[in-house]
Amino acid sequence: MSDASHVSDVVLQTRDLVRTFGGGRTLFGGQKPTVYAVRGIDVAVRKGETLGIVGESGCGKSTLARMLVGLDRPTEGNITLTGSDMNDLIARDRHALSRRIQYVFQDPISSLNPRKLIRETLAAPLRYLRGLSGDALNQRMAELMDAVNLRPEFLDRYPHEFSGGQAQRVGIARALAAEPEIIVLDEPVSALDVSVQAQVLNLLADLKKKFGLTYVFISHDLSVVEAVSDRVAVMYFGRVVEQAKGRALFDKPQHPYTRLLLDSAPVPGKRGLTVEDASAELPDPLSPPPGCAFAPRCPRAQDDCVAKVPDAQYGLENHDAACFHPLNPVTSA
Amino acid sequence: MPNIILSPLNKRRMVNFRANKRGYWSLVIFAILFVICLAAEFVANDKPIFVKFDDNWYVPILSDHPETAYGGDFDVETDFYDPYILGKIEDHGFAIWPPIPFSYNTIDFQMREPQPASPSARHWLGTDDLGRDVLARLIYGFRISILFGLALTAISSVIGIAAGAVQGYFGGWVDLGAQRVIEIWSGLPQLFILIILASLFAPGFWTLLFILVLFSWMSLTGLVRAEFLRARNLEYVRAARALGMTDTRIMYRHVLPNAMVATITFLPFVLNGSIVALTSLDFLGLGMPPGSPSLGELLAQGKNNLQAPWLGLTAFFAIALMLSLLIFIGEAVRDAFDPRKTF
Repeated sequence: MSDASHVSDVVLQTRDLVRTFGGGRTLFGGQKPTVYAVRGIDVAVRKGETLGIVGESGCGKSTLARMLVGLDRPTEGNITLTGSDMNDLIARDRHALSRRIQYVFQDPISSLNPRKLIRETLAAPLRYLRGLSGDALNQRMAELMDAVNLRPEFLDRYPHEFSGGQAQRVGIARALAAEPEIIVLDEPVSALDVSVQAQVLNLLADLKKKFGLTYVFISHDLSVVEAVSDRVAVMYFGRVVEQAKGRALFDKPQHPYTRLLLDSAPVPGKRGLTVEDASAELPDPLSPPPGCAFAPRCPRAQDDCVAKVPDAQYGLENHDAACFHPLNPVTSA
Repeated sequence: MPNIILSPLNKRRMVNFRANKRGYWSLVIFAILFVICLAAEFVANDKPIFVKFDDNWYVPILSDHPETAYGGDFDVETDFYDPYILGKIEDHGFAIWPPIPFSYNTIDFQMREPQPASPSARHWLGTDDLGRDVLARLIYGFRISILFGLALTAISSVIGIAAGAVQGYFGGWVDLGAQRVIEIWSGLPQLFILIILASLFAPGFWTLLFILVLFSWMSLTGLVRAEFLRARNLEYVRAARALGMTDTRIMYRHVLPNAMVATITFLPFVLNGSIVALTSLDFLGLGMPPGSPSLGELLAQGKNNLQAPWLGLTAFFAIALMLSLLIFIGEAVRDAFDPRKTF
């Protein structure tokens, strides 16, 4: 489906990624319900770029993120990290994978063990992934704290003594400690105040430049994604419905769902948001509808939308949407 | 890493523990009683602590000397109640006796009253039906009860916590299977199995401990399992996993310390249960071998000798005091670890 595999600088790629929960049979042979969290995702991330992933709650963003760092295994499909299969990497050496790809969590406070000093939290990856100890360890910790603009004396504090923004910077420092190539950021700023969001986003941009990092940035906040991403993928109900280079997606959305997302984002000075009718919720993940999952909510839905699943050609450069009746048909791919 | 003797959190816990006056003083009293019991040989014994005989110093409690050492005629173990030997010691030096000059198995042959004898200056809490000093037996019995309770609590906690941790952390089929095993195991009629086992093995401290561990390890499993089930999905546990930490390390370093609060809160109550378990077995005659000092055995004697109420009352008050102290300590521990008070 994707032409990304031919491009040499692709570091992280997924093919037909599917993750279901439940399923199987009960003791007496009855079929247990299956939840489809991710229903076939193809994304590719190039070295040094930021791939933004947007979508509403429950569309499978976090499941995708967890699979990307190896916290969860896909039910079908595969993930490749610079050409090697993720399952092999995990089986061969979990630490080696952790040294290459790291994760930053949504809730900064709860992602830190409340009983451990920041020093202990930060020392763990340095000790076990990088084999540091003694003076080298202390020096590296000081460097990391400096990199995320925190004073070194914060090392001897407990997580509850931090503000959300400070705790998130500790979380970022912990991810950096492993010296990874790729960092998956799962809603890293959603739990923060707007002013603090900017601080953390700027920090992330600086770190990316300084250490040559690659980001997968997951968020439900369009403006945040727009600010940080080189490319954006819009997810709806376990699938990517539209993907484009950053600006194009916001200027000329093709998929009606992207349009809806853009319209429903609250903007100062704008009153009366687009309110959908009562049916405006995600389809039942236990029994996905045939055809386009967005069809029941879509103002442009026609007969073919409920009959067949729309397909799309997502590349590294082009703009495409999984829609039979796109809003702004692309002239040149 | 700096060596912190007491983290701020634990300091706050200490403050909270002390704030519960009843629990704090219960701990103090319990500690004093426990230390006295640990030194039972020096408190209640049928031998003097020191004997000065001519220019020689003897410590009969620690080492045996034949009667010849004290001027006797035969090379046999010294009987310090023998008036002849006592007279010799008085002539040649002196003896320092423990406050209670009887051990738990000393039968006082010099009593003139029928046994069990009521409390007197010689036997502060009277004697039992074999003429043994009740207070001496109480002290030794208290010690065995507490040591047995502590051992049982420690062993069954270690097993229970490990089992609960594995169940909760891995969940799924492991959890489901182990849960069924525990349900079946805990459905076994414990007392009957104990009676059968007690008739197969000669009961002793270690066999009893083993048999009781078989059934008591489950007391903490459910609690720890629930804590682990909750904690395994917390973000810092995921973070540790994303860092490539092994499961054992995550369980031990990240989840267990957080599950320990609920566990430690329960420990005094588990200890209580362990002591009661031993006491009831002793009461039924299925516990420690005959002749060993035990609170349950004293209680049974009280039941069989209602005309000698000091037996039953002594056992009752001793058990009630010990269990109440432990409950009060448990309450203070619960306060100390209460997250609403520490954070």
